[in-house]
Amino acid sequence: MIYEASTLAIVIFTIFVAAVLVLSFYFARKTHSASGYFAAGGTIHWGVNGIAFAGDYLSAASFLGICGMIAFSGYDGFLYSIGFLAGWVVALFVVAEPLKRMGKFTFTDALDYKFNSRGIKLTAALSTLVVSIFYLIPQMVGAGDLVVPLLGLPHWVGVVIVGSVVIFIVATAGMTSTTYVQFLKGALLIVFSITLTAYILNKGLQREPHPDYHHYQSLQASWDEDGGLVTAGGEVMQVVAWEPDTFVLVQQDGQGTWYRLAGGEDAPVLEEMLTITTTPDGQRLYNEAPQAEGRFYQVGHLSRIVSDGQEVERSGPTNPFTFLSKIEDSEVVRYTRTSFSWEGGMVTAWYPDPTPGRDIMRPGLFYKLEQASVWEKLNFISLMLALFLGTSALPHILIRYYTVPSPRDARKSTIVAIAAIGFFYILTLYMGLGAMINGIIDVESSNMAGPLLARSFGIGLFSVISAVAFATILGTVSGLIVASSGAIAHDLLDKFLGLNMQDHVKVRAGKIAAFGVGVFAILLGILLKGLNVSFLVGLAFAVAASSNLPAILMILFWDKTTSRGVAASILVGIVTSVGLILLSPTMYNHYGLPPSSAPFPLDNPGIVSIPLSFITIVGVSLLTRRNHGRNGVAH
Amino acid sequence: MFHGPATGPGDDQAADLKSRLGLKLFIIYALIYAGFVAIGVVRPEWMGLRIVWGLNLAIIYGFGLILLAIIMGFLYHLACTRLEERLNHKEDQP
Repeated sequence: MIYEASTLAIVIFTIFVAAVLVLSFYFARKTHSASGYFAAGGTIHWGVNGIAFAGDYLSAASFLGICGMIAFSGYDGFLYSIGFLAGWVVALFVVAEPLKRMGKFTFTDALDYKFNSRGIKLTAALSTLVVSIFYLIPQMVGAGDLVVPLLGLPHWVGVVIVGSVVIFIVATAGMTSTTYVQFLKGALLIVFSITLTAYILNKGLQREPHPDYHHYQSLQASWDEDGGLVTAGGEVMQVVAWEPDTFVLVQQDGQGTWYRLAGGEDAPVLEEMLTITTTPDGQRLYNEAPQAEGRFYQVGHLSRIVSDGQEVERSGPTNPFTFLSKIEDSEVVRYTRTSFSWEGGMVTAWYPDPTPGRDIMRPGLFYKLEQASVWEKLNFISLMLALFLGTSALPHILIRYYTVPSPRDARKSTIVAIAAIGFFYILTLYMGLGAMINGIIDVESSNMAGPLLARSFGIGLFSVISAVAFATILGTVSGLIVASSGAIAHDLLDKFLGLNMQDHVKVRAGKIAAFGVGVFAILLGILLKGLNVSFLVGLAFAVAASSNLPAILMILFWDKTTSRGVAASILVGIVTSVGLILLSPTMYNHYGLPPSSAPFPLDNPGIVSIPLSFITIVGVSLLTRRNHGRNGVAH
Repeated sequence: MFHGPATGPGDDQAADLKSRLGLKLFIIYALIYAGFVAIGVVRPEWMGLRIVWGLNLAIIYGFGLILLAIIMGFLYHLACTRLEERLNHKEDQP
């Protein structure tokens, strides 16, 4: 799609970034000690910390990714909301207070407080870096996606802007400025998500999404005497049989358009598609025309609306329950992706796929659970396991427990976070479904569903929502870079290498580390453009749950845990989870290889790597128990 | 902006009881969550059954899991606060 920048959007965006920078300057003058830089001095109010938790946690995956997945795949996207929130239960009931008691600046401090082990320092710091980088990639990809419609700039510019602003935030005032950026962002995200949901419910369901919506054509066709396909709607130029489909190029008013043959042999019908053709010389055509001609349209509409048992053109305003039940009774036209080759080039096509509402409102469009193979079912279980166990093992979330004065405050701030995050996740279902039925989906980018939905309600709402989405990324990336910076400066340089740095030197090292990680994140964000951010975050959760959670739980609840057991389990968790991700079908597809040839049949490694990490910590702890003195065993 | 002085956590006599309570609540929630996953895997067609207010099991169960987390969180906090007041206060007395 081609996006035009809006002046209002640019103004709001600029004001927001300026406010963030001023905030960072303000706190920079107060941040001199390592405690101040890495943990905001442990003086943040629990209420502020709770909303900052939400700001930290509700990343690009939550707002951009989940809304996009729901808009494309219905309820299956909402599974992420359920899993992400459920993970906070583990954080509250099991991890929050003990971690606050055990740690100082970083996640490594907490794991190592009983042992003083170099092995734990090294592996926990590595784990922090690996998980944070896995988490950083989708944030940066989302940032790039966002500036395209917001500022009319290329994807890479968005990545560079986010990276630069975040490096500034973190390198000036560390955790303090990060906390307040996250607090502001968390509050704004919830307020404007409520606003957007109110717009969606008030509009209700209508078959004509908006006046500018492109009317996709269905052409009646027939077979001539020679068995050729003909239609009164234009001249059939080409028929491409591509199992199981047949695609037809029709010339209309001098312009070609691809259709998909539907309706069966007796009554063939041609359904208009969206296509991107890559010609042999590398040129890209959007619906067989240059992109600048604007023939590549937005999609997603209701083909049938049933309200109170009657088929209607529009439902009128709905409440939160009737909105969902009416969609369940109705039928939505989604656009399903396929591809075929033609004249040496490649055509990526999206064809209309009328889908009953009852299929949209339950799992199954993305995760094919009915008639699913054992592997597909295991993939689903693996994802839900990783989401449930991943939250409480994310280093950038765990370090927020050190910013409050006491374990009790850690608990209270977690409850505020659960309430705020849970409420937001309920809203994601409305925003995602709103995007699905209101003709705003850009098939090239599932991540833009939320902001584009806001644009359909007016440029003002779009500008604010986009600025908030941008803030969402800033807040989360800041937290990730603080965690990474702490892992490098505090865990690796100061503790593991034994440099015993003075306070101000450690702060300087942290700032340099923040700069390095920020630049690395920028590069990754540019290179991995186009992946769905929720999917990527799901992988980060799997790595965190595999490498960190077994160590946390066993230290807390098994007094035979040894330092070698902890280090080995973290290492096994990292290696197996990252290794299995690299060997997964989705990654094989990304390499340009057939997904079916992937050696590991699941996309999410959690179901293998998490138990393996638990087995490792138990096995190695039992084997090394006799070799340890009292300091080597958790007690 | 809410920057108060840091206060030390002190010894928490209620820590063990809170930990055990947290573990129990975690297990309860994990079982309910596992039930959701199990239905999705074993009987996915049940997810489409209409339950109440025109909403199906998938929506009711999904919203229920989110709301249950919030409610259990509040109840856990209330229980922990009572334990802290009872045990830590008793410890302070001569």
